Amino acid sequence: MLPALAVLIIFLVVPIGLAFYVSLTRWDGLSSPFGGGAKFIGFDNYKSLLTVDNLTRQNFATSIRNNFYFVLFVVPLQTALALFLAVLLNNRFLRGRSYFRTAFFFPSVTSSIATTLVFLFLFSGGGAVNQLLGYVGLHGPNWTADSRGVFHQALGVVGVDSAPGWSQHEFFNLSWWDWFSGPSVAMVVIITLVVWTTSGTFMLMFLAGLQNINEEVLEASEVDGATAWQRFRLVTLPMLRPTLILVLTLGLISTWQVFDQIYLTGNNPATITPAYLSYNQSFQNSAFGIGAAIAFLLFALIILLAALQRRLVGTGEDD
Amino acid sequence: MSAHSYSPPWRRGIGYALLIFFAVVFIGPFLIQLATSFKTDADAANNSLSLIPHPATLSAWERIFGFTENAGIPFGRWLTNSIIVATFITLGRVFLDSLAGYALARLRFPGRQAVFWGVLGILAVPGAVLLIPRFLVLKELTLFNTYPGMILPIVVDAAGIFLMRQFFVNIPTTMEEAARIDGAGVFRTYWSVILPMARPGLITLTILSFQGSWNEFQLFLVSTSDPKYNTLTTGLAKFSSGQLGAGTQYPLTLGAALLSTIPVAIVFFAFQRHFIGGQLAAAVKG
Repeated sequence: MLPALAVLIIFLVVPIGLAFYVSLTRWDGLSSPFGGGAKFIGFDNYKSLLTVDNLTRQNFATSIRNNFYFVLFVVPLQTALALFLAVLLNNRFLRGRSYFRTAFFFPSVTSSIATTLVFLFLFSGGGAVNQLLGYVGLHGPNWTADSRGVFHQALGVVGVDSAPGWSQHEFFNLSWWDWFSGPSVAMVVIITLVVWTTSGTFMLMFLAGLQNINEEVLEASEVDGATAWQRFRLVTLPMLRPTLILVLTLGLISTWQVFDQIYLTGNNPATITPAYLSYNQSFQNSAFGIGAAIAFLLFALIILLAALQRRLVGTGEDD
Repeated sequence: MSAHSYSPPWRRGIGYALLIFFAVVFIGPFLIQLATSFKTDADAANNSLSLIPHPATLSAWERIFGFTENAGIPFGRWLTNSIIVATFITLGRVFLDSLAGYALARLRFPGRQAVFWGVLGILAVPGAVLLIPRFLVLKELTLFNTYPGMILPIVVDAAGIFLMRQFFVNIPTTMEEAARIDGAGVFRTYWSVILPMARPGLITLTILSFQGSWNEFQLFLVSTSDPKYNTLTTGLAKFSSGQLGAGTQYPLTLGAALLSTIPVAIVFFAFQRHFIGGQLAAAVKG
């Protein structure tokens, strides 16, 4: 126990405390921050991220917006797809289900870097996705290089091409028009990729949940004349509630930390997230104080959202 | 006869169609990746959907394995580094996680409950928050740009401790009591009696540790800056995001990415049961 505990304390508990100290300093990452190499500046880093009208705050606001739309799309999509696949695989009239389960789960165990590279290729300008779209007569965008917001483009279809007057007011250095942009086209690629890689894991959790459902209850409801959809909605879904809450919680926590995939798309305002911005400010911009402050704001946000979710829907165990 | 022992053929037909559609969606990208690695750069860019390379070439693979003058990437070094760190991290986790898990499941010591909640709390720390803290500590301990610096921070993991604790809790205590009556000490009991009984748990832990350390990216990114410590993940990522000064050479990068996937794929197909069991055990912790 002791060696394990020592490692966890040295490499986890102490570092978090040290990082909090760094978030209160101006430090370039070169000298030791504890021997006078870092200048203590109190909460100035947090102020510059939250209250000062500058580029840092604009980048931070952009990263929050990007990540918000990422979460908004990934969590429902991956949960719905995972549940759908689990229900499909739970149909005992179909053969070879274990092979299909293996296929659906496989992307979940591979390296995030390797799968991101594949998706960046599939979604490149002349890539496989655009070729497929070409077969049905659609002209796909230059996905990863396209920073236009999806909601903006949808508005463009109904004739709203530029920001209406009211939406040009700024909030956190970002106009309301930019806040309501929706995910960028480039972010849609990352959303697709992450849904593709995580659905398999959540599918397994739903499958385990489905196997705990009493067959007799389902059969009784069928005898009572319930249709397949009614059985799913009124019997299966309520019984899956604990699994559903687990999947939503895990999804919410992990999607707010998306980093590896964003690293590969580079320092692009269309896809940066707080986790990436924290890395970029620290390791590529030598502003470790700002980077650490972003990490702690993200930490606070995740804890807040997890607590909020717990209050709203409970843990799923005691009801 | 139960109420739904029959399913009409049309409904099964839809079921199979959906299964096949999703199998293509989930596996197709890997097939395209495989085919692309045998294409020329131009063919990869122009016929990216085609599964048949035209013309087929081994040039990407020759560059990956360093058979040509124009070796694109130091793949051998990345592979060696990945093997080194994954081996030590896996061995460390199997040994330390299982010891810690045993202590939490069996030994009575003051503060055991507090330690248990502490481990659970660590599980809840978002990984993205740890980038700077880890860099800080490694720098202070002068372990930045060293192999120990890439290994030590994740040589124990809270999820593994938790997994092993669950396994040990489910083993009946009678065997240990018998061993203790025969005069075996705590470590001896653990080593000769408990560990053999926890074999399924240990296999799961080994596999998940290997997969986790082989795919690890964030720690290696912040614990090294010298290219000679690049692993398959950091090497490929830096190469592709342009830091090593090469553009988009898809056959080369996708071939290297494919090779980096193969070890985990082999382990996955051989021990799938353990992957699934481990995923579910890890989920329950949440």
